[in-house]
Amino acid sequence: MIPSLASRHSWFEATARKRIAGLLDPGSFTEILPPAASTPSPHLAKLDLPGAFDDGIVIGCGQLEKQPIFIAAQEGQFIGGAVGEIHGAKLVGLLKRAVREKPAAVLLLIDSGGVRLHEANAGLIAISEIMRAVLATRAAGVPVLALIGGSCGAFGGMGIVAKLCSAILISEEGRLALSGPEVIETVAGVEEFDSKDRALVWRVTGGKHRYLMGDCAMLVEDDVSAFRAAATAFLADWQEPAPSVGLLRATQRQLENRLTAYGAYRDGLQIWAALGVTNPESVPLLDRDSLVALKEGLPT
Amino acid sequence: MEKLNFQFESVPALPAADPALCGVVGSGNLEILLNAGDAPNLCVVEIKTAARGFADTWQAVIGAFAAAHPAGGTRIAINDMGATPAVVSLRLAQALAEYQGGVQ
Amino acid sequence: MKLNDILDALFPAGHTVRVANQVITGVAQTAQGTVAVLGTTDAAAIDHAMALALSGYILDTLEQHPGRPLVFLVDTCGQALSRSQELLCLNGSLAHLAQCVDLARRQGHPSLSLVTANAVSGGFLSFGLMADRCYALADAQVRVMDLKAMARVTKIAHERLLELAISSPIFAPGAENYRRMGGIEAIWERPSAGLLEAALGQGARADERTEDRRIALGAERGGRNLAAAILQTVDSALAAA
Repeated sequence: MIPSLASRHSWFEATARKRIAGLLDPGSFTEILPPAASTPSPHLAKLDLPGAFDDGIVIGCGQLEKQPIFIAAQEGQFIGGAVGEIHGAKLVGLLKRAVREKPAAVLLLIDSGGVRLHEANAGLIAISEIMRAVLATRAAGVPVLALIGGSCGAFGGMGIVAKLCSAILISEEGRLALSGPEVIETVAGVEEFDSKDRALVWRVTGGKHRYLMGDCAMLVEDDVSAFRAAATAFLADWQEPAPSVGLLRATQRQLENRLTAYGAYRDGLQIWAALGVTNPESVPLLDRDSLVALKEGLPT
Repeated sequence: MEKLNFQFESVPALPAADPALCGVVGSGNLEILLNAGDAPNLCVVEIKTAARGFADTWQAVIGAFAAAHPAGGTRIAINDMGATPAVVSLRLAQALAEYQGGVQ
Repeated sequence: MKLNDILDALFPAGHTVRVANQVITGVAQTAQGTVAVLGTTDAAAIDHAMALALSGYILDTLEQHPGRPLVFLVDTCGQALSRSQELLCLNGSLAHLAQCVDLARRQGHPSLSLVTANAVSGGFLSFGLMADRCYALADAQVRVMDLKAMARVTKIAHERLLELAISSPIFAPGAENYRRMGGIEAIWERPSAGLLEAALGQGARADERTEDRRIALGAERGGRNLAAAILQTVDSALAAA
């Protein structure tokens, strides 16, 4: 499963387009609203900023192991992958289409800090529309998978969107949270959260922590083909459940228990120890396979 | 932001069916969209750049590109976030190669 | 305006509402019968405990009172900003809350939200904006970030942002901007039982309730002109799945 170093293509470093190209069956991707048919955001132009033709998100259809797939990939390099009016509408449109056409799955390659401040109101409403559209897609029986491993992670409203998906596949480099550490540091002070302490940031928001806690379904190598293999494997075993009170009750209990057990902790190290990890300090050093083995061996 | 428009004479490029896109609008980077143009011996360029005051540099870099490559009959649209001349030249060559089917 | 004054104005026929940890839960009487009343007060910074209190009450209502309308009162300054909250994946609890509101809709519970004072970012996303329709009192503050902070983060001059905010609803704080963009259905001059009952009555038709019409609304009102066309193009684009 782990490709040799020579053939590895880092997901973290790839652009949105490269991620799609490597994730889907070769040559199967058809872009909807390709750059040549698009206009950059006029809202950015008004603020004297150059836009991007695709407004920072690539959407379209393709195949994964011959199964029809809808896919959207955010470009983290463009204004932090943030959601503006056009960006958001593209994603909402794709999800609405998925409700009607029922592909085998929708893959969301999230790489975003959340709302684009330059279009803050449009971005916030758009994220709300995306949230509803993700749940409508799932209610139509189409699984929606979030893939996280880019430089911007999944923060703000896109962090919420990620947790509304059927499941999250994340790499060790991936980060998932609501407020960015910089925001918390600015408002609550460096004692609360030192955003320059990268190791701490990863112990609180990073892929390994989210996977150990069960917030993400799979931990994946930082490699495009590893994400492809993981998405394929996940979908092969997954039947999208109908939304129900029973399922949400179970989540409710889980979240309440977790808050009671770990609510006072401030560092991943404390929680990992409480989870039964005998040597929590070693977690950041473990490779992907060892960490997966460690999690599978934990008391439940 | 500054908007710049240039056109250069250039040897006709191989006509291609599809437009080509290279690069990303990120810090120190740019995206180049290469479309088929109208006049077969002209390379028409439209630039939107976050860095003001570099019109002469753009003219020199793209002029050198149009002189060295068959870029006639193309329309090039650029969104730039402060790429260096070296990056611009590299992306232009990539976009043209992709446009003509040279790379996947 | 005090919470109790708002409740008295909205529900003159009576209400039994409890506030704990800035979270409102309870019931009230309206012409359409009993409704569940829930939300937050005093500019709550939504944390795990608040989100789970709200989601728990929604699930109780779904189980015990099928079809009972949900009225959300929104007063939130956003999400709690703390390391321990993020450590437990705060976005997960907010998503869970949003999912409960969405399930209520699917199970035939009409819902509406009223921004009584503040509605900001994550706190607003997790329940206010998830209701079938969102309303706001005229003096409510609705925003992602105030313009001064926005100027700092985007490195665009504050004066320039102020100037642009006059002509465009796209980024500047304000309930009216959200109304023009379709995110807020209507603005109420003051809390009123008549307006509330009209709004609850409007939610009676199932298709109007379940369909997210905000993009179309934003286009009709001229505040959000690009999204509708994008939606249309994506919908009709040829692409072989």
